[in-house]
Amino acid sequence: MAFRLHINGEEQSFDRSLSVLDLVERLGLHKRRLAIELNGDILPRAEYAQTTLADGDRLEIVHAIGGG
Amino acid sequence: MTELAEHTTPADPLTIAGRAFESRLLVGTGKYRNLEQTRQAIEASGAEIVTVAVRRSNLGQSPDEPNLLDVIPPERYCILPNTAGCYTAKDAVRTCRMARELLDGAGLVKLEVLGDEKTLHPDIPATLEAAETLVNDGFDVMVYTSDDPIIARRLEQIGCVAIMPLAAPIGSGLGIQNKYNVLTIIENASVPVLVDAGVGTASDAAIAMELGCDGVLMNTAIAEARDPVRMAGAMRDAVRAGRNAFLAGRMPRRRYASASSPLTDLPF
Repeated sequence: MAFRLHINGEEQSFDRSLSVLDLVERLGLHKRRLAIELNGDILPRAEYAQTTLADGDRLEIVHAIGGG
Repeated sequence: MTELAEHTTPADPLTIAGRAFESRLLVGTGKYRNLEQTRQAIEASGAEIVTVAVRRSNLGQSPDEPNLLDVIPPERYCILPNTAGCYTAKDAVRTCRMARELLDGAGLVKLEVLGDEKTLHPDIPATLEAAETLVNDGFDVMVYTSDDPIIARRLEQIGCVAIMPLAAPIGSGLGIQNKYNVLTIIENASVPVLVDAGVGTASDAAIAMELGCDGVLMNTAIAEARDPVRMAGAMRDAVRAGRNAFLAGRMPRRRYASASSPLTDLPF
Protein backbone atom coordinates (compact mmCIF):
# COMPACT_ATOMS: atom_id res chain seq x y z
CA MET A 1 0.00 0.00 0.00
CA ALA A 2 1.47 3.35 -1.04
CA PHE A 3 2.13 5.85 1.68
CA ARG A 4 3.60 9.31 2.05
CA LEU A 5 6.36 10.71 4.21
CA HIS A 6 7.27 14.34 4.82
CA ILE A 7 11.06 14.49 4.71
CA ASN A 8 12.78 17.83 5.30
CA GLY A 9 9.63 19.63 4.25
CA GLU A 10 9.20 17.63 1.02
CA GLU A 11 6.51 15.02 0.50
CA GLN A 12 7.72 11.70 -0.88
CA SER A 13 5.68 8.60 -1.80
CA PHE A 14 6.78 5.04 -1.14
CA ASP A 15 5.17 1.86 -2.41
CA ARG A 16 5.78 -0.27 0.64
CA SER A 17 6.54 0.24 4.29
CA LEU A 18 10.15 0.69 5.25
CA SER A 19 12.32 1.23 8.31
CA VAL A 20 14.24 4.42 9.01
CA LEU A 21 17.43 2.54 8.15
CA ASP A 22 15.95 1.53 4.75
CA LEU A 23 14.99 5.14 4.13
CA VAL A 24 18.43 6.47 5.00
CA GLU A 25 19.99 3.95 2.61
CA ARG A 26 17.54 4.79 -0.17
CA LEU A 27 18.37 8.47 0.23
CA GLY A 28 22.08 7.66 -0.04
CA LEU A 29 22.73 9.12 3.40
CA HIS A 30 23.82 5.94 5.21
CA LYS A 31 27.53 6.83 5.16
CA ARG A 32 26.90 10.21 6.76
CA ARG A 33 26.84 11.48 10.29
CA LEU A 34 23.20 12.45 10.73
CA ALA A 35 20.56 13.18 13.27
CA ILE A 36 16.93 12.35 12.64
CA GLU A 37 13.85 13.80 14.22
CA LEU A 38 10.71 11.71 13.77
CA ASN A 39 7.45 13.58 14.36
CA GLY A 40 9.27 16.17 16.47
CA ASP A 41 11.28 13.78 18.66
CA ILE A 42 14.90 12.73 18.29
CA LEU A 43 15.21 9.18 17.02
CA PRO A 44 18.42 7.63 18.40
CA ARG A 45 20.64 6.07 15.74
CA ALA A 46 20.42 2.67 17.43
CA GLU A 47 16.67 2.62 16.70
CA TYR A 48 16.80 3.23 12.93
CA ALA A 49 16.62 -0.45 12.01
CA GLN A 50 13.68 -1.35 14.25
CA THR A 51 11.62 1.80 13.58
CA THR A 52 9.05 1.26 10.83
CA LEU A 53 7.70 4.39 9.21
CA ALA A 54 3.98 5.01 8.91
CA ASP A 55 1.90 7.02 6.46
CA GLY A 56 2.10 10.74 7.23
CA ASP A 57 5.26 10.55 9.37
CA ARG A 58 7.31 13.72 9.40
CA LEU A 59 11.08 13.46 9.41
CA GLU A 60 13.84 16.00 9.72
CA ILE A 61 17.23 14.70 8.64
CA VAL A 62 20.09 17.03 9.55
CA HIS A 63 23.86 17.16 9.44
CA ALA A 64 26.64 19.56 10.38
CA ILE A 65 27.67 22.30 7.94
CA GLY A 66 29.91 25.34 8.15
CA GLY A 67 28.75 28.00 10.58
CA GLY A 68 29.91 30.37 13.28
CA MET B 1 69.48 25.26 29.68
CA THR B 2 67.89 24.39 33.01
CA GLU B 3 67.55 28.09 33.72
CA LEU B 4 65.64 28.54 30.48
CA ALA B 5 63.25 25.78 31.44
CA GLU B 6 62.37 27.63 34.63
CA HIS B 7 61.26 30.60 32.54
CA THR B 8 58.89 28.75 30.25
CA THR B 9 55.33 30.03 30.45
CA PRO B 10 53.25 27.94 32.84
CA ALA B 11 50.32 26.07 31.43
CA ASP B 12 47.33 28.40 31.30
CA PRO B 13 44.38 26.32 30.22
CA LEU B 14 40.93 27.59 29.33
CA THR B 15 38.54 25.37 31.26
CA ILE B 16 34.99 25.03 29.99
CA ALA B 17 32.56 22.63 31.66
CA GLY B 18 35.47 20.82 33.31
CA ARG B 19 37.41 20.33 30.09
CA ALA B 20 40.78 22.08 29.68
CA PHE B 21 41.85 23.61 26.39
CA GLU B 22 45.22 25.02 25.42
CA SER B 23 43.90 27.45 22.80
CA ARG B 24 41.79 30.46 23.73
CA LEU B 25 40.75 31.07 20.14
CA LEU B 26 37.51 29.42 19.07
CA VAL B 27 36.63 29.51 15.40
CA GLY B 28 33.65 29.02 13.15
CA THR B 29 33.54 27.10 9.89
CA GLY B 30 31.17 29.28 7.83
CA LYS B 31 31.83 31.38 4.72
CA TYR B 32 34.96 29.57 3.52
CA ARG B 33 35.51 29.01 -0.19
CA ASN B 34 35.60 25.24 0.21
CA LEU B 35 36.29 22.48 2.72
CA GLU B 36 40.03 22.45 2.00
CA GLN B 37 40.31 26.14 2.85
CA THR B 38 38.22 25.51 5.97
CA ARG B 39 40.60 22.76 7.03
CA GLN B 40 43.72 24.85 6.44
CA ALA B 41 42.37 27.91 8.24
CA ILE B 42 41.21 25.92 11.28
CA GLU B 43 44.58 24.20 11.41
CA ALA B 44 46.44 27.53 11.22
CA SER B 45 44.25 29.06 13.93
CA GLY B 46 45.34 26.42 16.44
CA ALA B 47 41.75 26.33 17.70
CA GLU B 48 40.53 23.25 19.52
CA ILE B 49 36.88 24.27 19.80
CA VAL B 50 35.23 24.69 16.41
CA THR B 51 31.65 25.75 15.77
CA VAL B 52 29.34 24.18 13.21
CA ALA B 53 25.74 24.78 12.17
CA VAL B 54 23.01 22.14 11.93
CA ARG B 55 20.97 22.09 8.74
CA ARG B 56 18.69 19.85 6.73
CA SER B 57 20.58 17.27 4.69
CA ASN B 58 20.24 17.61 0.93
CA LEU B 59 18.23 14.56 -0.10
CA GLY B 60 19.57 14.48 -3.63
CA GLN B 61 23.26 14.47 -2.78
CA SER B 62 25.77 11.85 -3.79
CA PRO B 63 26.71 9.50 -0.93
CA ASP B 64 30.39 10.30 -1.34
CA GLU B 65 30.09 14.08 -1.28
CA PRO B 66 32.63 15.42 1.24
CA ASN B 67 31.34 16.38 4.63
CA LEU B 68 32.49 19.13 7.01
CA LEU B 69 33.12 16.63 9.81
CA ASP B 70 35.51 14.73 7.53
CA VAL B 71 37.86 17.73 7.53
CA ILE B 72 37.10 18.77 11.13
CA PRO B 73 36.93 15.33 12.74
CA PRO B 74 35.21 15.19 16.15
CA GLU B 75 37.96 12.84 17.31
CA ARG B 76 40.43 15.70 16.99
CA TYR B 77 38.36 18.85 17.58
CA CYS B 78 35.77 19.73 20.17
CA ILE B 79 32.77 20.39 17.92
CA LEU B 80 30.55 23.18 19.17
CA PRO B 81 27.20 23.12 17.37
CA ASN B 82 25.43 26.46 17.24
CA THR B 83 21.78 27.44 16.99
CA ALA B 84 22.37 30.13 14.37
CA GLY B 85 19.25 30.89 12.41
CA CYS B 86 16.95 30.24 15.38
CA TYR B 87 14.60 33.06 16.30
CA THR B 88 12.63 31.25 19.02
CA ALA B 89 13.62 29.38 22.17
CA LYS B 90 11.77 26.31 20.89
CA ASP B 91 13.76 26.12 17.63
CA ALA B 92 17.04 26.64 19.49
CA VAL B 93 16.29 23.84 21.95
CA ARG B 94 15.24 21.54 19.10
CA THR B 95 18.46 22.31 17.21
CA CYS B 96 20.55 21.50 20.30
CA ARG B 97 18.81 18.17 20.71
CA MET B 98 19.49 17.29 17.07
CA ALA B 99 23.11 18.37 17.52
CA ARG B 100 23.54 16.18 20.58
CA GLU B 101 22.29 13.16 18.63
CA LEU B 102 24.53 14.10 15.69
CA LEU B 103 27.58 14.24 17.95
CA ASP B 104 26.91 10.99 19.84
CA GLY B 105 25.64 12.59 23.00
CA ALA B 106 28.11 15.46 23.36
CA GLY B 107 26.18 18.16 25.17
CA LEU B 108 28.34 21.26 24.65
CA VAL B 109 26.38 23.78 22.58
CA LYS B 110 26.56 27.40 21.55
CA LEU B 111 23.14 28.89 22.19
CA GLU B 112 22.12 31.89 20.14
CA VAL B 113 18.54 33.03 19.77
CA LEU B 114 18.43 35.89 17.34
CA GLY B 115 16.20 38.93 17.45
CA ASP B 116 16.22 40.15 13.87
CA GLU B 117 18.09 39.66 10.63
CA LYS B 118 19.42 43.17 10.34
CA THR B 119 21.35 43.25 13.61
CA LEU B 120 21.51 39.55 14.53
CA HIS B 121 21.36 40.80 18.09
CA PRO B 122 20.22 38.19 20.59
CA ASP B 123 16.58 38.03 21.66
CA ILE B 124 17.28 38.13 25.38
CA PRO B 125 13.95 36.84 26.81
CA ALA B 126 14.06 33.91 24.38
CA THR B 127 17.75 33.30 25.14
CA LEU B 128 17.02 33.12 28.88
CA GLU B 129 14.12 30.74 28.29
CA ALA B 130 16.15 28.44 26.01
CA ALA B 131 19.15 28.50 28.37
CA GLU B 132 16.98 27.38 31.26
CA THR B 133 15.44 24.51 29.27
CA LEU B 134 18.82 23.35 27.96
CA VAL B 135 20.58 23.49 31.33
CA ASN B 136 17.73 21.48 32.85
CA ASP B 137 18.09 18.98 30.01
CA GLY B 138 21.79 18.45 30.87
CA PHE B 139 23.41 20.56 28.15
CA ASP B 140 26.60 22.55 28.73
CA VAL B 141 25.50 25.89 27.35
CA MET B 142 27.90 28.50 26.01
CA VAL B 143 25.62 31.44 25.43
CA TYR B 144 25.82 34.27 22.91
CA THR B 145 24.41 37.39 24.51
CA SER B 146 24.44 41.17 24.46
CA ASP B 147 27.06 43.11 26.39
CA ASP B 148 24.57 43.78 29.22
CA PRO B 149 26.20 42.81 32.55
CA ILE B 150 22.86 42.16 34.27
CA ILE B 151 21.79 39.68 31.61
CA ALA B 152 25.23 38.06 31.68
CA ARG B 153 24.89 37.52 35.42
CA ARG B 154 21.39 36.08 34.99
CA LEU B 155 22.67 33.62 32.36
CA GLU B 156 25.42 32.52 34.72
CA GLN B 157 22.85 32.02 37.51
CA ILE B 158 20.82 29.84 35.16
CA GLY B 159 23.88 27.62 34.84
CA CYS B 160 25.49 28.50 31.51
CA VAL B 161 29.10 27.27 31.35
CA ALA B 162 30.40 30.28 29.40
CA ILE B 163 29.07 33.77 28.79
CA MET B 164 29.75 35.09 25.31
CA PRO B 165 28.91 38.76 24.85
CA LEU B 166 29.12 40.21 21.37
CA ALA B 167 31.89 42.72 20.67
CA ALA B 168 29.79 44.17 17.85
CA PRO B 169 27.14 42.69 15.52
CA ILE B 170 27.89 39.25 14.02
CA GLY B 171 29.94 39.59 10.85
CA SER B 172 30.39 43.37 11.28
CA GLY B 173 34.11 43.35 12.02
CA LEU B 174 33.73 46.54 14.07
CA GLY B 175 35.71 45.38 17.12
CA ILE B 176 34.67 45.82 20.76
CA GLN B 177 32.13 48.63 20.92
CA ASN B 178 31.66 48.72 24.67
CA LYS B 179 34.86 47.72 26.44
CA TYR B 180 33.61 48.82 29.84
CA ASN B 181 30.53 46.62 29.70
CA VAL B 182 32.66 43.64 28.68
CA LEU B 183 35.01 44.46 31.55
CA THR B 184 32.11 44.53 34.02
CA ILE B 185 30.86 41.18 32.73
CA ILE B 186 34.36 39.72 33.23
CA GLU B 187 34.64 41.14 36.76
CA ASN B 188 31.26 39.70 37.78
CA ALA B 189 31.63 36.27 36.22
CA SER B 190 32.94 33.08 37.74
CA VAL B 191 32.57 31.16 34.46
CA PRO B 192 34.64 31.92 31.35
CA VAL B 193 33.71 35.04 29.39
CA LEU B 194 34.45 34.94 25.68
CA VAL B 195 33.91 37.68 23.17
CA ASP B 196 31.78 36.18 20.43
CA ALA B 197 31.13 38.09 17.22
CA GLY B 198 32.24 41.44 15.89
CA VAL B 199 36.01 41.00 15.87
CA GLY B 200 37.47 42.34 12.62
CA THR B 201 41.21 42.01 12.82
CA ALA B 202 44.04 40.82 15.05
CA SER B 203 44.20 43.92 17.25
CA ASP B 204 40.48 43.53 18.09
CA ALA B 205 41.18 40.03 19.37
CA ALA B 206 44.19 41.25 21.34
CA ILE B 207 42.13 44.03 22.94
CA ALA B 208 39.50 41.51 24.04
CA MET B 209 42.15 39.34 25.63
CA GLU B 210 43.94 42.32 27.25
CA LEU B 211 40.65 43.24 28.90
CA GLY B 212 40.72 39.84 30.56
CA CYS B 213 38.39 37.83 28.34
CA ASP B 214 39.00 34.12 28.69
CA GLY B 215 38.79 33.61 24.95
CA VAL B 216 37.53 34.90 21.63
CA LEU B 217 35.19 33.21 19.17
CA MET B 218 35.26 34.38 15.57
CA ASN B 219 34.37 33.31 12.07
CA THR B 220 34.01 36.11 9.52
CA ALA B 221 37.21 37.93 10.49
CA ILE B 222 39.15 34.88 9.31
CA ALA B 223 36.91 33.57 6.53
CA GLU B 224 36.45 36.95 4.82
CA ALA B 225 40.10 37.98 5.02
CA ARG B 226 41.85 38.14 1.65
CA ASP B 227 44.06 35.30 2.87
CA PRO B 228 42.06 33.38 5.48
CA VAL B 229 44.83 30.94 6.37
CA ARG B 230 47.28 33.75 7.10
CA MET B 231 44.65 35.64 9.10
CA ALA B 232 43.93 32.50 11.12
CA GLY B 233 47.59 32.47 12.15
CA ALA B 234 47.45 36.20 12.94
CA MET B 235 44.44 35.62 15.19
CA ARG B 236 46.15 32.74 16.96
CA ASP B 237 49.12 35.02 17.71
CA ALA B 238 46.90 37.98 18.70
CA VAL B 239 44.92 35.92 21.19
CA ARG B 240 48.14 34.58 22.72
CA ALA B 241 49.74 38.02 22.82
CA GLY B 242 46.65 39.59 24.37
CA ARG B 243 46.42 36.85 26.97
CA ASN B 244 50.08 37.22 27.90
CA ALA B 245 49.75 40.99 28.12
CA PHE B 246 46.76 40.58 30.43
CA LEU B 247 48.62 38.12 32.65
CA ALA B 248 51.75 40.30 32.63
CA GLY B 249 49.74 43.32 33.80
CA ARG B 250 50.09 46.47 31.76
CA MET B 251 51.91 49.62 32.96
CA PRO B 252 49.80 52.49 34.25
CA ARG B 253 48.69 55.16 31.82
CA ARG B 254 50.25 58.58 32.46
CA ARG B 255 49.39 61.87 30.98
CA TYR B 256 53.00 63.06 30.76
CA ALA B 257 56.32 61.51 29.84
CA SER B 258 58.41 59.33 32.09
CA ALA B 259 62.00 59.00 30.86
CA SER B 260 63.34 55.52 30.27
CA SER B 261 67.00 56.55 30.59
CA PRO B 262 68.41 57.91 33.86
CA LEU B 263 68.20 61.69 34.16
CA THR B 264 71.41 61.83 36.25
CA ASP B 265 75.15 61.53 35.39
CA LEU B 266 74.80 63.07 31.99
CA PRO B 267 78.28 63.76 30.43
CA PHE B 268 77.65 67.50 30.09
